[in-house]
Amino acid sequence: MKVCFSSEGRNLDSQLDPRFGRCKYFVIVDTKTNDIKVVENEGLVSEHGAGVSAANLVVDEGVDVVVTRNIGPNSMKILTNAKITIYEGKADTINSNLELLKQDKLNEIKEPRKAHSGLQNRWGR
Amino acid sequence: MKQIVVISGKGGTGKTTLTSSFAYLAKNRDIADCDVEAPNLNLILDNTPMKRELYIGGKIAYIDKEKCIECGKCKSVCRFDAVKDNFQINDIKCEGCGACVEVCPNEAIKLIDDETGDVIISSIEGGKFSYAQLRIGADGAGKVVTKVRQSLMEDENKPELIIIDGSPGIGCVVISSLTGCNMAVVVTEPTQSGLEDLMRVLNLVDYFRMKAYVVVNKFDINLEKTKEIEDFCSKNNFEVVGKIPFDPYVNKAIKESKPVVQFDESIAGREIKRIWNIINEKIKEV
Amino acid sequence: MKISVLSGKGGTGKTTVATNLSYYLSKKGEKVQYLDFDVEEPNGFIFLKPKIENTFEVKVKVPQIDESSCTQCGLCAKKCNFNALSVTKNGVLVFEKICHSCGLCSLVCPVNAITEVEREIGKIEIGYTDNLKVVRGVLNIGEPMGIPILKDLKKLITPDYINIIDSPPGSSCSVVHSVEGSDYGILVTEPTKFGLHDLEIAVNVIRQLGVPFGVVINKSDENDYIIEEFCKKQGIDIIERIPFDRSIAQKYSKGELLDDKIFMEVFENIFSKIMEVSNNEADSCN
Repeated sequence: MKVCFSSEGRNLDSQLDPRFGRCKYFVIVDTKTNDIKVVENEGLVSEHGAGVSAANLVVDEGVDVVVTRNIGPNSMKILTNAKITIYEGKADTINSNLELLKQDKLNEIKEPRKAHSGLQNRWGR
Repeated sequence: MKQIVVISGKGGTGKTTLTSSFAYLAKNRDIADCDVEAPNLNLILDNTPMKRELYIGGKIAYIDKEKCIECGKCKSVCRFDAVKDNFQINDIKCEGCGACVEVCPNEAIKLIDDETGDVIISSIEGGKFSYAQLRIGADGAGKVVTKVRQSLMEDENKPELIIIDGSPGIGCVVISSLTGCNMAVVVTEPTQSGLEDLMRVLNLVDYFRMKAYVVVNKFDINLEKTKEIEDFCSKNNFEVVGKIPFDPYVNKAIKESKPVVQFDESIAGREIKRIWNIINEKIKEV
Repeated sequence: MKISVLSGKGGTGKTTVATNLSYYLSKKGEKVQYLDFDVEEPNGFIFLKPKIENTFEVKVKVPQIDESSCTQCGLCAKKCNFNALSVTKNGVLVFEKICHSCGLCSLVCPVNAITEVEREIGKIEIGYTDNLKVVRGVLNIGEPMGIPILKDLKKLITPDYINIIDSPPGSSCSVVHSVEGSDYGILVTEPTKFGLHDLEIAVNVIRQLGVPFGVVINKSDENDYIIEEFCKKQGIDIIERIPFDRSIAQKYSKGELLDDKIFMEVFENIFSKIMEVSNNEADSCN
């Protein structure tokens, strides 16, 4: 299983970045081989649609699971469409979040949090 | 770290007066001026610039005159009317979509960085202050607001609190100043347009499921409208935390570039102090 | 003729000048239309209270993917500079609010699986206040981009009218879209440090656009020297002063027009100065 963490740094001791779309790095761990891959988040520099660009990147990496804290509706839609499961991590290191995931102690995120501009309009439409 | 954003549906309602006073009253806080199109806080906060970062807003097209054969294909696909008759790009109109790059038969067009302005970080008493200077016609896009806010968060000395002077309006820029904040303080004035703008901006705040508190500025210039604003707020479950009276000291404060709360005699200043105490308690709870 | 009313920041009296000037000229028998380009805070209707006769939806184009012919090659998402598309094994997702309607995706799709469909982002309302034609654009809440509304509004500017544009505040590209091509620009400011700072921004914008302009000092008082010094140095005409007057504030707060005789004079002065300048311009062209 390939697990992707939104991360503030480039290794397993880095803190989990609470933001998905605008996190600095994605740390991807293959739980079978213990291989680690670090991908810089291009979404961080995009003017618009940071969440979309980040999610597209993660989909291209072929991951099965994403661990983060806040994920917007656009990213969520893409990951769900690609059948990737999303878990809510704890404010801790990547390593300890990985352990929690293995012990099945993380909750699945099924509802998006804050939106930038992707929410459906509730008024006047 | 917590973040409070001060917003108003329209300009000129006293947003900067309130923010500069909050900045003076709060402890361990940084300030971000996200009113990127008319940044005024730097006129009132005693600040010393420390860092200036070039801000790249996005991409814009650039046509290489040497390679251009003036076939006009770029012009025909551009939806933004950004290719001028002399086959140069109108920087203000170009949105950087790259359609022209795609159709150019001679590879004469490329997308280059659009140097939109600068983000400036200054030191102020007890913290930092960031704001942007954009070049004319530059879209005060959400990204620059994010950048102004991030410049404070990326610093090693993360503040306990960031107070954000948000932009007027309901568009992209305001949305970016709201995202991720713990609370919004919405300033309005008792006028018909003040009320209508308040409704629009509260709609937006509600849309982001954010906690918002309303302040009526110059409430005594129209008591009837103030009542209407209060009724609207209570009906929609928004708390009015304060009503600032009309006070000539506000203009005096602007003239002397000081937050109005520095004037002990000011009745507006006193009310703002009271409002801050409430907000300061509320922010601890969220 | 196209006259734009603008200010560096909101709340200086831009709408007061634009609405009252329009109404005054129409009363005088001129063929006038007032157009509110401040789509995020369109407040002109509050004062003019027109009877709305026509409403148009403003639509933008967004891609629609024909799933049966799409090969999920991913080229559209890769080329899109706004990140408005996502292609996964399970289909293509379009993020409408991020899309800039540039049409690049349909241009690059190798199997022509993309067509463009229309999506509403706001509306334009047209009405009449007596014989004054009154037009405004309104951006829907939660929509980030107002420029397409401005583009549609611009189509309504016709040479057989005196067109008075209530421009958005600031110096962003929406201001540029509203003001470019004007015959004259009225820059409204107030005699404070903030007013001066924002006036400087507005002057930069309008000079870059090459539009002749003059300044109106609103809430004129003993501090006018702040603005006067700047204008003198820059060789800018101060075309009129509107005194600080409680009755203006009261009328504004109730959403009423200024109908006193003194104000008639004010707007007559503004108009005759504009006519003078544009006649001179015409002469110098001949």
